[in-house]
Amino acid sequence: MKLTVDQDKCCGAGACVLSAPEVFDQREEDGIVTLLTSEPAAEHHVAVHEAAAVCPTAAIRVTETDRIAPPGRSRQARH
Amino acid sequence: MADQDLRLPLPTDTPLDPPAAWAELRARCPVAHATLPSGDTAVYLTRYDDVRTLLSDPRFVRPTERDGAARVAPEGSGGAAATGSAAVAIPGRGEPHQRWRRRVGKYFTAKRMTALRPGMTRLAEDLVDAMLAQGAPADLRASLGFPLPVHVICDLLGVPAEDRDRFSRWSDSFLSVTRYTAEEIATAQREFTAYMARHVAAKRARPTDDLLGTLITDGEEEGGGPTDDELVATGMGLLVAGHETTANMIGKMAGLLLGDRSRWERLLADPSLVRTAVEESLRFDANLGFGLRRYLGEDAEIAGQVVPAGSTVVCSMPAANRDERAFTGADAMDLARTPNPHLAFGVGPHSCLGQALARTELQVVLETLLRRVPTLRLAVPVAGLRKTEGLLVGGLREVPVRW
Ligand code: HEM
Ligand code: SF4
Repeated sequence: MKLTVDQDKCCGAGACVLSAPEVFDQREEDGIVTLLTSEPAAEHHVAVHEAAAVCPTAAIRVTETDRIAPPGRSRQARH
Repeated sequence: MADQDLRLPLPTDTPLDPPAAWAELRARCPVAHATLPSGDTAVYLTRYDDVRTLLSDPRFVRPTERDGAARVAPEGSGGAAATGSAAVAIPGRGEPHQRWRRRVGKYFTAKRMTALRPGMTRLAEDLVDAMLAQGAPADLRASLGFPLPVHVICDLLGVPAEDRDRFSRWSDSFLSVTRYTAEEIATAQREFTAYMARHVAAKRARPTDDLLGTLITDGEEEGGGPTDDELVATGMGLLVAGHETTANMIGKMAGLLLGDRSRWERLLADPSLVRTAVEESLRFDANLGFGLRRYLGEDAEIAGQVVPAGSTVVCSMPAANRDERAFTGADAMDLARTPNPHLAFGVGPHSCLGQALARTELQVVLETLLRRVPTLRLAVPVAGLRKTEGLLVGGLREVPVRW
């Protein structure tokens, strides 16, 4: 899995950090998202997909490099 | 459904269930016309995709008095949040909004909120102990739902929580749609502004390390920084936003989870569901309030229709949150639902700044209640719960409980 974030879009809501604190962080000075890793380990993939789905500004982009499917239920298509 | 029959707020048969009209509107009339309490008309959106797309579009903004947008409240009874009165507003759009958001946002990061968690837990435990000591029945809203978020936001801002009884009146009038008279609103507004101005002046004179104090110190270091008016507006905005919605949500969450006790039992059996149960309560809450307004400065295409410039749009997040197109089994509460991209905190550049705080508070309250009062139950049938009326935000007047 490869991960990018769009800091211009991010509104600093912190939903990503609450979902996957091992992967996302927020800058001290303005609360904008930063990545702790752009290639999260497999054990964090579900949480990363959740973060991308709940991000209010769609600032998180997940590029699939493996076959782990995101969990079902709610739609994932937009990410 | 005949368009002209749609009057907001829509009536419901029971206190926690959604208005019947939502399902019908989502199915047949996704771009509806509705009459607001003021008598003005707005476009009313109920589908998930439409609400999400519109709120995410930075071209469309919260209306202010100057836009000539549809008014929510009848003449005179609208509080500042309903009228978009500029005198007390935080910067609403464009570059100034983003600057404000980043300046203030750094105090509400997920990490900072997680650091506040132990203190919040102690506070919740003290409040629950006091409720238990007083004996059943108790009002969960008055005992816990209201005081907890007030204490937390007061501590953050650096204003004394003892003033909380005044806050709730000021805050209600700020959010009034039909509840108060023009005179009551003007008085409350004056008192509230003077109160916050006194605190800002005191902090200018003697720097403090709370949010308002730090905004002042940081600003002075940078040269410039927020003006006193901006600081007063920020203090008032955060105080209102920071307690009323959360207090309401604590009450509604308890109503939803205790109203069908199998939900409560499930959480007792598996407290690790607290996090997802909080999100699902936010999604399932049908009383989020009036809906978010946006003013269209230019034409917009929504659900294949052109909505002309000059229209005011009201987005119903709770209607969108029940959209089957977005959520499998949308009309059932699934306490383990993941992911749960509900719109209770809005979406897009204005989405709730305090959502990490609100989520932490809701999780702490639920954890504490499950741990300390596992036998908790409603003291009245669900149908006996009464909704608050006449404000922009929705809630329950009281949540009577026993244990
Ligand atoms: C369960 C509790 C809460 C709910 C349901 C909620 C909901 C919302 C919603 C829907 C918006 C979007 C308004 C819009 O787009 O026009 C919003 C904005 C906002 N909320 Fe919350 N909120 C909650 C708690 C809080 C808390 C605890 C704070 C604490 C500071 C807060 C501060 C704000 C602020 C400052 C904004 C304006 C953001 C902007 O315009 O950029 N909220 N909230
Ligand atoms: S959830 Fe999205 S908007 Fe919020 S901090 Fe993370 S990236 Fe930014």
